[in-house]
Amino acid sequence: MQVLFTLCGLVAVGFVLLITIYLVISGIPAIREIGLFQFLFGKTWAASQDQYGILPLILTSIYGTAGAIVIGVPIGFFTAVFLAKVAPKKVANVVRPAVSLLAGIPSVVYGLVGMCVLVPALRSWLHLPAGDSLLAAIIVLAIMILPSIISLSETALEAVPREYEEASLALGATKLETYFRVSAPAAKSGIAAAVVLGIGRAIGEAMAIMMVAGNVANMPALTKSVRFLTTGISIELNYSQDGSLQRQALFSIGLVLFLFIMLINAFLNLVLKREKEA
Amino acid sequence: MKKFMTLALAAVLMVSALAGCLPQQKGGTVNTDGSTSMADVMGALTEAFKEKEPDITVNYSGTGSGSGISGVLDGTCDIGLSSRELKQEEVDQGAVAHVVALDGVAVVVNPKNTVTNLTTQQIADIFTGKITNWLDLGGADAPIAVYGREDGSGTRSAFEEIVGVEGACVYTNEYGSTGDVIGNVASNENAIGYASLSAVNDTVAAVKVNGVAPSEATVKDGSYTIQRPFVMVTKDGVELSKAAQAFLDFASSEEAAEYITAAGAVYPN
Repeated sequence: MQVLFTLCGLVAVGFVLLITIYLVISGIPAIREIGLFQFLFGKTWAASQDQYGILPLILTSIYGTAGAIVIGVPIGFFTAVFLAKVAPKKVANVVRPAVSLLAGIPSVVYGLVGMCVLVPALRSWLHLPAGDSLLAAIIVLAIMILPSIISLSETALEAVPREYEEASLALGATKLETYFRVSAPAAKSGIAAAVVLGIGRAIGEAMAIMMVAGNVANMPALTKSVRFLTTGISIELNYSQDGSLQRQALFSIGLVLFLFIMLINAFLNLVLKREKEA
Repeated sequence: MKKFMTLALAAVLMVSALAGCLPQQKGGTVNTDGSTSMADVMGALTEAFKEKEPDITVNYSGTGSGSGISGVLDGTCDIGLSSRELKQEEVDQGAVAHVVALDGVAVVVNPKNTVTNLTTQQIADIFTGKITNWLDLGGADAPIAVYGREDGSGTRSAFEEIVGVEGACVYTNEYGSTGDVIGNVASNENAIGYASLSAVNDTVAAVKVNGVAPSEATVKDGSYTIQRPFVMVTKDGVELSKAAQAFLDFASSEEAAEYITAAGAVYPN
């Protein structure tokens, strides 16, 4: 029986190894041919002209994720405080399942709603030729990362010992002061983990933002059409020729994205470890 | 026992490997090389041909029209594939064109758009970003959203090549499929895009180009200008192998028409 469990455990590790090795092997040749510096810092991505610079894609992924965090974290954090501390039990019992439901919605549905509602709305509000833009992608991503931020922060806030809050209240602090000056700092590593997890979700998302971002490899600007690292791969994979430099460069983008996500994961582990020790 | 099995297996493998080297009595191999835009048409043709002549293998490698033509002139392939007309130098070197299909690209706008006719120059100006408002074209006062396909798409390279805006296009949005372009043009009144003629439906309006509406008929008679031929190229004075001749005959026959149409191109005759 123990063998079976060990085998199952190894399956997951095996797949991670397989994917890592595959990505490295297929991602290196194009970087070699293009040149690492030219690949990472080139400003033009145009396969038909043999220009493979992914700086616009990298910056878009970073800006898009940062934007989603800037919008999503405050909303998510306040919702978590509301759920953990403020809300009456009955209300919390309605809001909490709604949040979990948000987590269960497939990303293509977020994209669809974004494409049919958000994009036309942005177009008419901002008088743009087309509403597909970095802004649209940021809004969609911000909503998508809400559930993970809310549930992780809520768990962290609820784990704060009651005595801390009681002591604060006994010293004459108001409830709000207690939540923000005592509970939140005590839960900070849990909340930090929530933020990092949100970053991870946002940077890896492809489907939803492909439908709202416009997908032109411009340098990022809020109202312009942009291409993320993830969408850069998925939009060109179909028609890129097998074995061509374009196809290989797409794998190299995958490798860069993989490294980004590894970094974020390592950071997350560090945060969680600190929390355990604290 | 195990050793014996290994030996037996090795022997079987050796024999089958040798069998692969023997020249095939019937049938043969046709090597075609050239235009990547012809991938769909070639795919449909080879599949249909395989059913008719199961012993003949048709290989296709997409390397580009230019290298396909030089391949057939150098004798490195049987049939070259070109998605443009032959240049005079190529004809001088003995290249012979057999047009097997025509590829029309429609320029589409939202049905609510009042602009229904554009010149090739106007289209080029729109896609290179020189004209940015529909007002300049006699339409409403609205910015133009230029929609196109991603790099590597055959429709994109065809359109840019024919209109003469290769690599110079300033797109507002890029989409990964023809259906996406049509769908997004249908939902945005400011949009203009392009799509293979066969994919155009009534959710969008195909504009007239230089006064000619795109249709199978206008592509065939050449009056609709955003089109290009799909050409199979052979070399003058070089006799094709039986297999290659059979494939070329099949591709130019009436029988091939339905497969060419299914692949999104127009049958020329």
